[in-house]
Amino acid sequence: MTRAMTLDASRPASPAFPVERYRADFPILNVRVHGRPLVYLDNAATTQKPRIVIDTERRYYEQINANIHRGIHTLSELATQEYEQAREKVRRFLNARSTREIVFTRGTTEAINLVAASFGRSRLKAGDEILLTGMEHHSNIVPWQFIAGQTGAVLKVVPIDERGELVMEEFHRLLSPRTRIVAVTHVSNALGTINPVMEIVQAAHAAGAVVLLDGAQAVAHVPVDVQALNCDFYAFSGHKLYAPTGIGALYGREALLEAMPPYQGGGDMIKAVSFEKTLYNDPPYKFEAGTPNIAGTIGLGAAIDYVQSVGLEAMGAHEHELLAHATERAVEIPGLRIIGTARRKGAVLSFVLDGIHPHDIGTILDHEGVAIRTGHHCAMPVMTRYGLPATARASFAFYNTRAEVDALIAAIGIVREVFRR
Amino acid sequence: MMDLNDLYREVIVDHNRSPRNFRMMDDATNSADGYNPLCGDRLTLSMKIEDGVIRDIAFQGSGCAISTASASLMTESLKGKSVAEAEMLFDRFHKLITADGDENDPALGKLAVLAGVRQYPARIKCATLCWHAANAALHGEKNATTE
Repeated sequence: MTRAMTLDASRPASPAFPVERYRADFPILNVRVHGRPLVYLDNAATTQKPRIVIDTERRYYEQINANIHRGIHTLSELATQEYEQAREKVRRFLNARSTREIVFTRGTTEAINLVAASFGRSRLKAGDEILLTGMEHHSNIVPWQFIAGQTGAVLKVVPIDERGELVMEEFHRLLSPRTRIVAVTHVSNALGTINPVMEIVQAAHAAGAVVLLDGAQAVAHVPVDVQALNCDFYAFSGHKLYAPTGIGALYGREALLEAMPPYQGGGDMIKAVSFEKTLYNDPPYKFEAGTPNIAGTIGLGAAIDYVQSVGLEAMGAHEHELLAHATERAVEIPGLRIIGTARRKGAVLSFVLDGIHPHDIGTILDHEGVAIRTGHHCAMPVMTRYGLPATARASFAFYNTRAEVDALIAAIGIVREVFRR
Repeated sequence: MMDLNDLYREVIVDHNRSPRNFRMMDDATNSADGYNPLCGDRLTLSMKIEDGVIRDIAFQGSGCAISTASASLMTESLKGKSVAEAEMLFDRFHKLITADGDENDPALGKLAVLAGVRQYPARIKCATLCWHAANAALHGEKNATTE
């Protein structure tokens, strides 16, 4: 009640977001760095974990731990049940039609490698084209280079403009009857750009190509509905969605997964094995060879429950306010240039300071307790596009506050003082 | 608690702002490129060596303050030194910033201002990149990385 009345007058008239209440869910936010309260603004690299996720993993190891899909003993059945419940949670989270369309992977990187290796190797031939964009993370470039090298397929790249938006005329021009697959990031990790993925999927399908969306930077910030997007593959990582590291998922259209050859061979991905012939399991199990990250998978399920209890729309709105506030304050700083000014942006503020290298910014900010990422953000082609070796990047999560944005701005002031001497 | 001013001493900030011997060298006898894949810092180091003595030394490239200042300071300290002296300094400098080298070692001279780097493990390679490049150039190699 009082919270609503203490709303900052400069804020839009949205219901107050109880950020302090949510912060209490994250034990690590009490950590101090160099004697100062941690201001964690490196959420695009990985998010922090709420207590419920940490507790879920602990509870699994303390009370349930057993291998899945094998034993008939009680624990194995319980573990299998929770593992498969997590698959159902991911299905609902992405609004996939069936759990057969949800393959657990180590993360986005493995999911893209799976598609490139399995779909790519079985469908691509010399002269076929793979269409990427100039803002892809290395994990959505290198797997395609592997497969292009093996099949003779060719990579084509949609350029980005000065704001950091895709040049859509070029996208439509590069899309051709030879295009077999379009692999595009939903939200750029280095620039924050939210891409017009609906338009991309529609045009790609019209040209007869399938579409993979890299959702690593999207899932924690915007609601994703794979049926509405109508994409063929959607990859994401749990650890950027408040879940443990080492777990992620690939959504794949069922008919495509059915037709694709396995990615890795081993246990769980087979129905019957003899030395003469192996009968593969059905999707998704066909793509889940070996004992998976069971604890992490169940942890991912808990993280999805948590995110849905907060509400992605509310989280996104709060993050957007933080970005707007940060952008407003950042442009007042002399010599600061924002890299990535797309009209539709996720909560990422990439910037450079005149005459000061991003690594020096990173070290000095760390001294003030402010954790940001500096470097090429695993998107070296983006840096090349802007003629920069690196940028500094602050990325926001729903547990960040306006006060933390102000701490970032104050710390940038200290950077400028150090270099003004 | 670490003091920021231990890392960004005035000499370092000054050498970053106005790096010494920051130029191309047309008549270099030895040169090598240094690259730090972790942060993208690059530099080209050139030397003119006559009768076993570094008569001239220069660098070009882009990097953070620590990497630029370290290269600038290195060129000042290596100019006029024999190849053997340069190798000795490489060892002393390496000890200074990775282990417990003595900041007051007179051989180090101005290089001692970089001692603060040892408290920042993530930044050590910034300071050593130029030295790896110099070492490569002295040994007739074309490339050096910090990896």
